[in-house]
Amino acid sequence: MALSGVEIFKLLPKTNCKKCGHPTCLAFAMKLAQRQASLDLCPDVSEEAKKVLGEASAPPIRPVVLGAGDKAVKMGEETVMFRHDKTFVNPCAIAVEVKDTMSADELNAVADQVLNSEIDRVGQKIRIDAICVSNASGDTAKFEAAVKTLAAKAPSVPLILSTTDPAAAEAAAKLVAANKPLIYGANDANADAMANVAKNHKVSLGVIAKGLDGLTALTDKIKGLGVEDMVLDSGARTAKEILRDNTYIRRAALKKGNKSVGYPIITFAQRDNSMLEILIASLGIAKYSSIVVLSSIDRWKSLALFVLRQNIYTNPQVPLQVKQDIYKIGTPSNDAPLLITSNFSLTYFIVSGEIEGSKVPVRLAVLDTEGLSVLTGWAAGKFTASKIAQFIQESGVEKEISHKELIIPGYVAILSGSIEDKLPGWKITVGPREANGLPAFLKARTN
Amino acid sequence: MAFTAPNETFAGKVFAVDAGLDKKITFGGENVLPFHLFEGDVPNRPVVAYEIQDVPPADWPETIKKVYEGVSSDPVTWAKFCQDKLNARAIAIRLVGTHPDRENRSPEDAAKTVKDVLAAITVPLIILGSNHIEKDAAVLVAAAEAAKDKNCFLGKAQEENYKTIVAACMANNLKLIAMSQLDINLSKQLNILITQMGYNKENLVTDPMCSALGYGLDYTYSVMERIRLAALTQNDVTMQMPMLADVGINSWKAKESIATEAELPIGGTLEQRAIAWEAVTACALMIAGSELLIMRHPEAINAVEKFIDELM
Repeated sequence: MALSGVEIFKLLPKTNCKKCGHPTCLAFAMKLAQRQASLDLCPDVSEEAKKVLGEASAPPIRPVVLGAGDKAVKMGEETVMFRHDKTFVNPCAIAVEVKDTMSADELNAVADQVLNSEIDRVGQKIRIDAICVSNASGDTAKFEAAVKTLAAKAPSVPLILSTTDPAAAEAAAKLVAANKPLIYGANDANADAMANVAKNHKVSLGVIAKGLDGLTALTDKIKGLGVEDMVLDSGARTAKEILRDNTYIRRAALKKGNKSVGYPIITFAQRDNSMLEILIASLGIAKYSSIVVLSSIDRWKSLALFVLRQNIYTNPQVPLQVKQDIYKIGTPSNDAPLLITSNFSLTYFIVSGEIEGSKVPVRLAVLDTEGLSVLTGWAAGKFTASKIAQFIQESGVEKEISHKELIIPGYVAILSGSIEDKLPGWKITVGPREANGLPAFLKARTN
Repeated sequence: MAFTAPNETFAGKVFAVDAGLDKKITFGGENVLPFHLFEGDVPNRPVVAYEIQDVPPADWPETIKKVYEGVSSDPVTWAKFCQDKLNARAIAIRLVGTHPDRENRSPEDAAKTVKDVLAAITVPLIILGSNHIEKDAAVLVAAAEAAKDKNCFLGKAQEENYKTIVAACMANNLKLIAMSQLDINLSKQLNILITQMGYNKENLVTDPMCSALGYGLDYTYSVMERIRLAALTQNDVTMQMPMLADVGINSWKAKESIATEAELPIGGTLEQRAIAWEAVTACALMIAGSELLIMRHPEAINAVEKFIDELM
């Protein structure tokens, strides 16, 4: 549990030497308690204090990294139960399951799907994060071969090595240890051997239990064996169990300081019914899973989950923003209308959606309002005549189009005169107030 | 070491609300966060209502329009199809044809449609206006008279027109849906204004304004979570109404529910993508706290029902 400023103060040298840059040790302690300063700043702190403070300041949910390099996925480190309390920080990884009973061609096909899964949405690159390869054959050689195939085809994609056989785990881990796979995993029967494999290859270890009592005992044991990076599987498989165990684990870690369950959670969402499977995965994404494993990743499935994950993990205090630019909707000719709006992602999506629905090709100028909507942006001085004029001039759109008419949102009709002053030769037209008025407005112009 | 379950119990409780006469539905009534059966009472499952409308769904995307081909030209046939063939637990009729920019149907016409649909079905009916502030006030008053004593839901009352609609509900003994614009305080304020008119707070459903996956879902999700936490942790009786998620109308407007695979290659098959869009939107908002959902596609609704089965 986090220590108070006074508790921290008791552990400091109390010399008020100012070497840390703070006027007194107490002032420094207060900053430490608020996590606005680091203990490294104090040159005279004792080893004992370092240990106590280090443990107390460790995040309640341990950070664990899956994979290495550009595609590594950071998990854990969450600090709240509800996104509105602050924000969820490390987006849940989405993984697809393959089995070592599949042919090399089948494995390669899935690896290809994963490699081609990346999309760009609101400036964020999102993709299927990992492949979970399971030792369904029970045969070590087959498992090793499957891992070899995947590692050759998709060397950068993080792997989850799913086997409870320590020999198979060792054989597979040896092949891909550098890419930091997750070994899944350790249970009551194999914990010692599995902990050894994880330790030898310096990789993280999934912990498989039936229920939270067993899980607690097992993580304590494995930690005692020297493995720090763990990922939890309480055995929850139905939606009811997933919601219960994930809630208990997150609460115990955050509110009760229970370190035994202060690790990321893996959730297996596979169902025969794909539509139900994405709902189970959605539950995991919304309610505290750090990895969800799917049976297949058709594009329609992964897109819905990507967008949900983005919605849940967006920082509620920082609105999603679209890059300032002139966007073409449809295939606009040089006399197509030019409209302007703000770069608040929601505004952009709704405006561009309505324009697409109208089937009228246009150019949509998106002005950087720091993520504010049109009216709020106007009120805050971010959607102003001079900013609009400057953007239009610097964008070079003038050279692309055969007219000089800019359509502005109806809510800022008041700006039309001043934009005309600042953009000599341009005609400013006031469009509808709401985006849903755009189709009628655009269609009326083309008739 | 044994794991000590960190249960949380609350002073507050969500009101249970029912609708219908023959085949009654009841939702709400829980004293814990959504589906937290492990630490409290969740006596009722959420209800999904099938959305129909008073005029043919010319503006619905092809993928959803074709499901109701042959029945959607007449609201009575459409309603019976949902009840008898799709096993709808409830039906929501949106009187979108009354909107001045649409067919501009009269309140009398709307009332007749409501009467005809009510005569044809036994499951509960939710009656929705066209979301035109002035016209809704007239249309919903006429619709309320047509639905007198039938234990229907009527909506949506908004800040600008709630007085007329609340009065119509009181005069005709109906339940009410009140919508505010994505803000916990506005939602609370509207609930207070409505109950100050003498309307029973236990007959009210709150619509904090729905948004679709990728199009503001994060806002609706968090407003719902915050409303529910206020109901439970602060025992705030002005926030203890069940919540409505008007999923279908929002989800089927999303680009992802309309664009073909050629237009949106990253989205894969259109039909499954559109169904998934509606189902995921619904599922997220159910997890956030909504107990009444209005949806369109039978496959999305079936998936959501299976999901509820697993959670309960």
